[in-house]
Amino acid sequence: MSLLQIKNLSLSIHGVPILKQVDLSIAPGQIVAVTGESGSGKSMTALAVMQLLPNGAEASGAIRLHDVDVLNRPEAEMCALRGASIGMVFQEPMTALNPVKTIGDQVMETILIHKAMPPAQARTRAEEVLTRVGLPPDRFPLSRYPHELSGGQRQRVVIAMAIALRPKLLIADEPTTALDVTTQAQILDLLKGLVSEYGMGLLIITHDLAVVADMADRITVMRHGEVVESGATQHLLRHMRHPYTRMLFEASGHQVILPDTVEPRPLLQVAQVVRDYRLPRTGLLGPQRHHRAVDGVSFTLNKGERLGLVGESGCGKSTLTRAILGLEEVQSGEIRLDGQPVFTGHRPNLAVRRKMQVVFQDPYGSFNPRHRVARLVTEPFHLLERPPTGTERQDRIAEMLTAVGLSPDDSNKYIHEFSGGQRQRIAIARALIIRPQLILFDEAVSALDVSVRAQILDLLVDLCATYDLTYLFISHDLSVVRTITDRVLVMQSGRIVEQGETEQVFSDPQHRYTQSLIAAAPQLPEIGQGAA
Amino acid sequence: MLRYTLKRLLSLIISLAVASVVIFAVIEVVPGDPASFMLGVNAQPDTLAALRAELGLDVSRVQRYFNWVGGMLTGDFGTSYTYRTPVSQMIADRLWVSLPLALFALTLSTLIAFPSGIYAAARRGKPGDLTVMGATQLGIAVPNFWFAMMLVLIFAINLRWFNAGGFAGWENGLWTGLHSLTLPAIALALPQAAILARVMRSSLLDILGEDFMRTARAKGLSRRQALWRHGVRNALIPVLTIIGLQFSFLLAGSIIIEQVFYLPGLGRLVFQAISARDLIVVESVVMLLVFAVITVNFLVDLAYAAVDPRLRSRT
Repeated sequence: MSLLQIKNLSLSIHGVPILKQVDLSIAPGQIVAVTGESGSGKSMTALAVMQLLPNGAEASGAIRLHDVDVLNRPEAEMCALRGASIGMVFQEPMTALNPVKTIGDQVMETILIHKAMPPAQARTRAEEVLTRVGLPPDRFPLSRYPHELSGGQRQRVVIAMAIALRPKLLIADEPTTALDVTTQAQILDLLKGLVSEYGMGLLIITHDLAVVADMADRITVMRHGEVVESGATQHLLRHMRHPYTRMLFEASGHQVILPDTVEPRPLLQVAQVVRDYRLPRTGLLGPQRHHRAVDGVSFTLNKGERLGLVGESGCGKSTLTRAILGLEEVQSGEIRLDGQPVFTGHRPNLAVRRKMQVVFQDPYGSFNPRHRVARLVTEPFHLLERPPTGTERQDRIAEMLTAVGLSPDDSNKYIHEFSGGQRQRIAIARALIIRPQLILFDEAVSALDVSVRAQILDLLVDLCATYDLTYLFISHDLSVVRTITDRVLVMQSGRIVEQGETEQVFSDPQHRYTQSLIAAAPQLPEIGQGAA
Repeated sequence: MLRYTLKRLLSLIISLAVASVVIFAVIEVVPGDPASFMLGVNAQPDTLAALRAELGLDVSRVQRYFNWVGGMLTGDFGTSYTYRTPVSQMIADRLWVSLPLALFALTLSTLIAFPSGIYAAARRGKPGDLTVMGATQLGIAVPNFWFAMMLVLIFAINLRWFNAGGFAGWENGLWTGLHSLTLPAIALALPQAAILARVMRSSLLDILGEDFMRTARAKGLSRRQALWRHGVRNALIPVLTIIGLQFSFLLAGSIIIEQVFYLPGLGRLVFQAISARDLIVVESVVMLLVFAVITVNFLVDLAYAAVDPRLRSRT
């Protein structure tokens, strides 16, 4: 008998249909993955099971947990069910914990709120589960606050809270999306271990098909609130029936072929760069401590070259990016673009600054919502001594919007009228409009759905051919870096531990850290060719 | 935490020192010699000189500054130019009215604002929320002296529960003192409570949208439990800021209410001193208020750290 049975679940929020006739079931000890792009309704399905839907939601159909009808249960009884019979883990470990309460209190709360055991016993249980998730109290006392832990450790605390009462069903909504590859591998292992140990059912929601293929027993693919295909993992991978499923897998492993580079001559030279941050003193008169975020980094980026920079969060990628852009001064070493230093004295060198542009990760946060696209795209013009005006300006805007696959008419629209992928195109147009010699892509495709990501990668290749782009592509996503760069730098704790031709580094990593990174990244399976 | 406290304390001392210089300089810039003002235009030069010496005006400015600061540190605020009595005594008398009044009003305002703000946030968009929001709108729009007059009309003139004005003094017992401060405290508290309730509501609404509130619900907490256990404490930071600002305002800004209720408070003292050009009183009261504001800010900073562990580890 199945543990969770969802039948004909339809959901609308304020009259807008969100889910249509969703069917899903999970048996004890089974891992079921729900996958799909943003807006497919996968998270809403999970929240419907928890009955934590937003205001104005109306659901019909049936959700049964064992023999309990979840959908028509009064709120008080749902409270008794949540945390005790169903546990849930969320995407963003940095914000999923209350910052003003200790981790011990937060784990114990799950136990105490259900009056499952007296406080002293609850404390022992909290220590047990924290130990089980890899946070033994001798190294991670219950009195720690969330801000004293890393993202991966916080996610372990969230998991500990969810499993403290050994629920029959665990729901994990994108549990590793915000984590580094090695941390992701550990958390996925932990979840798999818990499932087999406790015999829980696990409903894992993720957009990452490599993760899905790696750990799920069954896969459900959703699109626009509907289940388009579901089945046992191996079977589904071999015989994808629905074209959308096939498209998703193909887009996830999307490969591009970069055009050849032009004559190599050094463009960006980074020499022995060191960047220190001051840390708070430990005691009242403790010594001033420093954190060396970038530690003696040197590399050269040639004109026309596409260079990748990979490494885990906190490795110094972002600090290095800011230093290259001249946003922060470095303590020692020098960064030169086209022979000129990015910092002269203690001020950024504007003559160099106008030769660089950057595209950021978040297509939603990096535009001023009150400006029209024409103004947004022409923002870098203020760097120029004589910015184009009149028809020349109009022509430049039209050319750029066309180049990134939009229409010149879009220049009069506001940014909220565009989707995430279109916004990222506008961000690229904004970077390109002053024809910079160097573009920095800082996790520029990380927030995009796989199909959109594939389109943006294709766009980059087109632009490389048209404009001879030189870029530094910073990303934690190894599969993307592998296809979109010629050469790659691997960064760990502020140092470049390995660099070389991208294909060479990926197929034959020399440094142990590179090897562990590549090993930890989940692999997309070969897509079956049998069915149509 | 110790480091944080000491840092705050250091910043408090520096702020006070800077404030004292600024206040002294501003008062010095004001034209007019208090001695000639006191004696009138026809005063004899030697009488003037004698008075100047008596008031300590015959030494250099730097010397006068240090005399002033040194005096304040030992509780000697100088002598009032107009009343010829020690300023410290005048201020102390008034402070015994103004400080309890401010604390009384602040307590009332908090007691009204917290429950209504939390209530409104918990019922966002529902009739309860709309009622509270309407009431706070009114509380902010209507000036406190109007409340004061209405309170006098209802509770003093019609019901005769309170006196219409005046202060009975603390020597007749705590209850009598508080009783005569009740109406002014309510009049002062109502607009402040309206502001505070709105801050509490919007701060709490922000927190209710946080991820950790969803986590709390997923653990099995009811909406109400999640609000109280995880919401309120996180929502306190902006609320504490406003409470700090309100206290400073209530201490000195209640001059109209003091006038309506005939209370011998600091506000009236400053008003009289300014009209009479009694600069030493003005100077001292302003310095005292600055001291109160900076001290309250210091306490608010400590309260932040008590509420939020992230501040304790930062410096």
